[in-house]
Amino acid sequence: MSMIDGLIEYLRGKDKKTAVIAKERLQIILAHERAGRGGETPDYLPALQEELMAVIAKYIHIDRNSFKVQLEKHDQYDVLELNITLPEKVNTRS
Amino acid sequence: MAKVIVVTSGKGGVGKTTTSASFASGLAMRGNRTVVIDFDVGLRNLDLIMGCERRVVYDIINVINGEVSLKQALIKDKSCDNLYILPASQTRDKDALKLDAVGRILEELKQTFDFVVCDSPAGIESGAFTAMYFADEALIVTNPEVSSVRDSDRILGILAAKSKRAVDGVEPVKEHLLVTRYDPKRVDAGEMLSVEDIQEILRIPLLGVIPESVSVLQASNSGTPAIHIAKSDVAEAYKDVVGRFMGEDLPIRFTVAEKTGFFKRLLGGR
Repeated sequence: MSMIDGLIEYLRGKDKKTAVIAKERLQIILAHERAGRGGETPDYLPALQEELMAVIAKYIHIDRNSFKVQLEKHDQYDVLELNITLPEKVNTRS
Repeated sequence: MAKVIVVTSGKGGVGKTTTSASFASGLAMRGNRTVVIDFDVGLRNLDLIMGCERRVVYDIINVINGEVSLKQALIKDKSCDNLYILPASQTRDKDALKLDAVGRILEELKQTFDFVVCDSPAGIESGAFTAMYFADEALIVTNPEVSSVRDSDRILGILAAKSKRAVDGVEPVKEHLLVTRYDPKRVDAGEMLSVEDIQEILRIPLLGVIPESVSVLQASNSGTPAIHIAKSDVAEAYKDVVGRFMGEDLPIRFTVAEKTGFFKRLLGGR
């Protein structure tokens, strides 16, 4: 393969090796399947909680302990529950 | 205390029987009293891989039905003194393996043997489930390929939720990852999942890597477990696996592609 071909392929974004594609596909499908297995909490929950907390903290001053993320499993559906206790007016950023 | 080890994978054709034969032989070669059981009722093949197919008289179903004793059904291996094989039935269907009856047989085997190796059939049906239910430890045989990795993950989920250890609420089944049919050249070329990728996805400790090799077919052709094939990478890799299983700290071998020399390339070698 000439350098030009290589460059064109790179610019088209087609240079991703199939092993990389395989790994990405597996990570996505397995995260989904593990979450659906029931019983165990999905492994993305702590990361999700951290990120949500970071976003909310940008607007409201919140205490770490007043923030809860839970996943409840029901027969037909799951409920992702966010429970945030907002502080009293005094602490609110204005 | 005797240990029950299941060799499982979910997916078919990844090397469960090859691994069961070599792993059990390796344990026996180290002086452990070992028995290897074929759980693939209806499609038995362990006897062929072990080279004892013409000596099969009774099978595990005969023992379950009380027609013969365990001692009568066990076949002594031709190359290892400490190794016995318990074949699966070729004529019955897999539902003939009743869970409580298998439990009794395993308990009896644990009295005389150090290791009971269970060669699981493919799939997640009753045969595969029975093979893994009583396990203390599990070898998860995985090829560097998406469907095999996904099926291994599924099996890990079943082990964690439905095995006897999980049901009894005792210490969970100890899981070991065994990557087979590994081709370092293709990994380097970005065409094959690396052993690190697989470990990262499945998140269980690595017991070993078995390279893709022509000697596996040669071993099965001749009815000799691959671990006995002299000077082959596969035999060395399986010996390492057994060593690590017994607690030795051995480096992982055969995961780096050999450089093809100039003369070899000139002569058309790969």
